[in-house]
Amino acid sequence: MTEQAIVVAGLRVRLEKALIVDGVDLEVGAGEWVTIIGPNGAGKSTALRAIGGLLPYEGRIELNGVPVDKLHRRERAKAVATVGQSPIVPPAMQVFDYVLLGRTPYVPPLGRESAVDLATVDEVLGELDLGRFAGRRLDTLSGGERQRVFLARALAQGARILLLDEPTSALDIGHQQEVLELVDRLRAERELTVLATMHDLTTAGEYADRIALFSCGRVVAAGPPREVLTEANLAKYYRVRVRVIEGDHGPLVVPVRVT
Amino acid sequence: MRPAGLRPAWLAGGVLAVLVALIAGLAFGSVALPPAGVALELLDQIPGVRLRSGLSDREVAILLELRLPRVVLGLLVGGMLALAGAAYQGVFRNPLADPHLLGVAAGAGLGVTAVIAFRSTAGDATAELPIGVPMAAFAGALIAVALTWLLGAAGGRDRSPATLILAGVAVSSFLAACQTYVLQRHVDTLREVYSWLLGRLSTAGWHDVLLVLPYAAVTGAIVLSQRRELDVLTVGDEEATGLGLHPQRSRYLLIIAASLGTAAAVSVSGLIGFVGIIVPHTMRLLAGPSYRSILPLSVLFGGAFLALADLLARTAGGQAEIPIGVVTAFFGAPFFIVVLRTSRTAAP
Repeated sequence: MTEQAIVVAGLRVRLEKALIVDGVDLEVGAGEWVTIIGPNGAGKSTALRAIGGLLPYEGRIELNGVPVDKLHRRERAKAVATVGQSPIVPPAMQVFDYVLLGRTPYVPPLGRESAVDLATVDEVLGELDLGRFAGRRLDTLSGGERQRVFLARALAQGARILLLDEPTSALDIGHQQEVLELVDRLRAERELTVLATMHDLTTAGEYADRIALFSCGRVVAAGPPREVLTEANLAKYYRVRVRVIEGDHGPLVVPVRVT
Repeated sequence: MRPAGLRPAWLAGGVLAVLVALIAGLAFGSVALPPAGVALELLDQIPGVRLRSGLSDREVAILLELRLPRVVLGLLVGGMLALAGAAYQGVFRNPLADPHLLGVAAGAGLGVTAVIAFRSTAGDATAELPIGVPMAAFAGALIAVALTWLLGAAGGRDRSPATLILAGVAVSSFLAACQTYVLQRHVDTLREVYSWLLGRLSTAGWHDVLLVLPYAAVTGAIVLSQRRELDVLTVGDEEATGLGLHPQRSRYLLIIAASLGTAAAVSVSGLIGFVGIIVPHTMRLLAGPSYRSILPLSVLFGGAFLALADLLARTAGGQAEIPIGVVTAFFGAPFFIVVLRTSRTAAP
């Protein structure tokens, strides 16, 4: 059995006293890509934010075998990087400076970025084909370009665990594919572990090694895409009629009209 | 590529602005002094330097005892207000945040009014400010910013920039009402408080400079030490947490430091508006959005701006001095409207 990068047991998360995540167990092996799917309000994003250390929680979350609440916040930031659903774009900030913020956990208090930090940013920008954007203002880039910059910031953090909350929801299908292929390439090259949430079920199935289906704050089905993305599961938890067709990289989920 | 930060050219520009304001502020006034003589006399004051300025004893006395403390106070107060404004704008991620719009200045004002009204020498307009004045102003300022924050938070997590400013306006009005009540009960201090309220550097002596200096040093050190944190905070609390920061801790620290600076400035100079909003926004537009350049440049240009505004206040009106708060508001209000119209790009 491979080493587990993320272990979640009995996770409960409350937002404004409402119980959003209600007893989630989840394991993600090192180097694995797991995608969380589920209808709106199922607790996908909330669970992801708790795993990234961004929300208080009950239960157990371990990153690389260490409980996340035992990690100093700077150590945690070196272990896990989160790209939120729609990150705030600071007005007038240059792409280079934005990506450099990813080096924050390595900059000592009252200190400044080292040559290593600057070199890391240059390297990441080059790897994501963003070099020519370095001096551009982030708020002038297109949605697809911004998403690559958000990824670059997360990579600059040097964390081996990448949490992606709806990484493609703002993109057209061409850019969706581009970004997900990029994530998959980086995962292989940098031996990253990816835990993502996604709405598009076909895309989710094509890129993930395993899928966890959330409903009402619980995991109701988990396993390889073929076992989770079934007509019966989707009818039960999404209240939707779909046809599931066998594809080259996983099941293709096609909605069909009820009557 | 180099990261955004303080460019040497801008730093040099800021230092130059301070020197120009210093020499101009010292040379011009009811008695004109030769700027070159002023510069030489200043250099002569540096231990180990001996220079002949050619100024008479009377001119030297005007320079060192009357004008220098006033100009230095202007530099300190302007720098403090601009620095506090920049810090508030970053902490609240709100381009309109400013010591006045947040009610901080009104809170500090109430604190000072209370001390002036209740002290034993009440009515003696020539008496020096008591040592406790900055602390009273600080207490008032902290209460005000806490009230504004709580009221502004009533809109929930996703409150808009307007909510906070509305809360600030409400808190300002409330505190101004309290202040008016205190004044009505102590009519003998009305004139003294009123002249102070409009903003003044006019009774400044070295006493006021020494009173405000320690607070300015503490505020400057704390706020400037947090300049990188302020840049990280621009991406939002959640992202900042993900990057290993403790956003709430940085925020409290900065609010306390900025309020301390505001309180010290208000306690010696009264309510001088708009410096805290004009200067940081100008720096943001000219030198870029990083707080690493906005903060130090705000101190330098804020100080220079206020020292020059004070020069205008005491020379433009002939015999009668114009309150400095009137001068800054006269230039600040139109600028504020321009900032509002462009705040999509000028926001922190």
